[in-house]
Amino acid sequence: MNKIKSLADLKKLQTEVQSKIKLREKGDNPENLIQIKVSMATCGIASGAKEIMNYLIEELDHQGIDAVVTQTGCMGYCYAEPTIELTIPGQSPVVYGFVNKTKAQDIIEKHIKLNEMLDGIIPISYTTIDN
Amino acid sequence: MAEFNMHILVCGGTGCKASQSELIKTNFQNRLAEYGLEDEIQVILTGCFGFCEKGPIVKILPDNTFYTQVTPEDVAEIIDEHVIKGRKVDRLLYRDPETKEIIGDSKGMDFYKKQIRIALRNCGFINPENIEEYIGRDGYSALGTCLSEKTPDEVIRMIKESGLRGRGGGGFPTGLKWELTRKSVDDQKYVVCNADEGDPGAFMDRSILEGDPHSVLEAMAICGYCVGADKGLVYIRAEYPLAIERLKIAINQARDYGLLGNDILGTGFNFDVEIRYGAGAFVCGEETALIHSMEGKRGEPGVKPPFPAVKGYNDKPTNVNNVETFANIPVIINKGAEWFSSIGTANSKGTKVFALAGNINNVGLIEVPMGITLREIIYDIGGGMKDGREFKAVQTGGPSGGCLTKAFLDKPIDYDNLLAAGSMMGSGGMIVLDDSNCMVAIAKFYLEFTLDESCGKCTPCRIGNKRLHEILEKITEGNGKIEDLNRLRMLSNVIKDTSLCGLGQTSPNPVLSTLDHFYDEYLAHVNSASCPAGQCKSLMRFDIDIEKCTGCTLCFRNCPVGAISGEKRAPHYIDQSLCIKCGICAAKCKFNAVLIA
Repeated sequence: MNKIKSLADLKKLQTEVQSKIKLREKGDNPENLIQIKVSMATCGIASGAKEIMNYLIEELDHQGIDAVVTQTGCMGYCYAEPTIELTIPGQSPVVYGFVNKTKAQDIIEKHIKLNEMLDGIIPISYTTIDN
Repeated sequence: MAEFNMHILVCGGTGCKASQSELIKTNFQNRLAEYGLEDEIQVILTGCFGFCEKGPIVKILPDNTFYTQVTPEDVAEIIDEHVIKGRKVDRLLYRDPETKEIIGDSKGMDFYKKQIRIALRNCGFINPENIEEYIGRDGYSALGTCLSEKTPDEVIRMIKESGLRGRGGGGFPTGLKWELTRKSVDDQKYVVCNADEGDPGAFMDRSILEGDPHSVLEAMAICGYCVGADKGLVYIRAEYPLAIERLKIAINQARDYGLLGNDILGTGFNFDVEIRYGAGAFVCGEETALIHSMEGKRGEPGVKPPFPAVKGYNDKPTNVNNVETFANIPVIINKGAEWFSSIGTANSKGTKVFALAGNINNVGLIEVPMGITLREIIYDIGGGMKDGREFKAVQTGGPSGGCLTKAFLDKPIDYDNLLAAGSMMGSGGMIVLDDSNCMVAIAKFYLEFTLDESCGKCTPCRIGNKRLHEILEKITEGNGKIEDLNRLRMLSNVIKDTSLCGLGQTSPNPVLSTLDHFYDEYLAHVNSASCPAGQCKSLMRFDIDIEKCTGCTLCFRNCPVGAISGEKRAPHYIDQSLCIKCGICAAKCKFNAVLIA
């Protein structure tokens, strides 16, 4: 390790390492952040959900968009995998099916950035009993 | 570089470590490797979460899941269910002790809702053995700002304006202490961190050093810059091996990164830190005794003045602050004096860390704003009294403090209110007592401690406390007389007035405070030789109710001294001359036939 030689150097290192623990800080107020849940049951993984999840994480990070991307269990839309559930703060969650890289890119560009909904939304046909 | 999309934090404080948290961490890593997820999910051993009652703790982020009492065997289930399938493991989630409701998100826990974590900001959040995680949390930027942009006087003014007072017990204004050391003229000065935490039940300093050692090192360097010292010493008891180990790692990392040593951040400022070990003597928490101990002399207090700020370690000006005090410093520099002083009461600013212990549901380490009430601490954060028993008192300030009764429940807690109530802040031990605790026995317990820990230099402390203890022993055995109560009070006052250091001056406080608040209990012991709480064993008598006894022989078979006799299916009998009052017969009897008087 090279020694830190000035305050500017310290600040530089700070920005570099901040990303490593940013995820933990996000946990402090997840309700204020864009949340994406990627369905990662067997069906989802088989259809490439893992690559989509990694792509979303990298792309959002790359574009500097603060979001929490987590995995979740089977949402029941096995016919439409990979599926993701997107929650913009203050809005109802929206589920997209058949998400490939192009679709994921569209979701980021249109829905997340411009708040325009895209085609391919799966209407939510159930209510959950836990909160 | 691998991007982690989930972090699993495993508590690595001494308490959870004792419950195999290291094995839990390894199991997590192995299981993740089996799934090929080791590059996506990070497992971190952190400092103490404070929720020691339900340790080992595992927290999963970013979804804030808080698992309690996790065993190494539970790991596979957490990975398979939570991590792979996204279903929380209900059985391991925290349950509210009152409503029995499952709380999946740590933010929903009453334990954390009322806390403000400043000194503990990184405990249970970062890996204490990785300086980069500390730097990522604004670490060392306070030192950088001070060295590059502020003069020592400006920093001292800031600390004074923040209103920070010593967290080790005395409550002396920190900024003023720094200023006094700064004003002393000498070629060499020292900064000392007092990590000789000695109060029974208090472990906040240990937890800070275990969970966030860099915050203390950074603050010591800032202090060195302000007072004009280039050498820092941490006086820590050898009984804290984990804290010592993490501190050593931290010192070495800070040296490697150029944050300790010569020409820090290119500013020409030199500062380095060394560790000095104590043998775990309570009196060495007193600053003059601490300095003597570091010099290799007997750990005995000296006369003040001269204060250490003028003549301390090796007769050089020395600034001594406690661990928790130091941990507050970087935050004050980063967030400003005004922000800090907006928390707390008129004369006590900021927060205080308390070690909650005793008969309460959530024992652990909490950090609360000054001015919070005891009721909020006990019933909201602490989750109420254990087994629904009745609250009787809280002992604060350890062997130097006193008891707070029901009347204090709604008063704001700060330095002045505690002193006025006959107790003190101390280092922050808080032992909650219920109606099964005998106050005379509590006073005796603390006196036993001071008796062991008195250095023996002053007669009133060495011999006076011994006599006090003898009188208390006599009372708890039922041989006390009413005159003894007056003698207790008189002797206590003499010891207070004539001892040299804080230990002797405060050692009778537990006696005086219980005499003031629980005189009735003392009276019951001396007048009717009975203990209202049923704790003083020698005052108890066990008898068998011949009406209720069925002659099942359970008590007979369990009595360790063979004091019980009787035929099968006929009433049994206890021989009082043999009975050692262990209470096993009463606990075993299924018919409530053992009478306790």
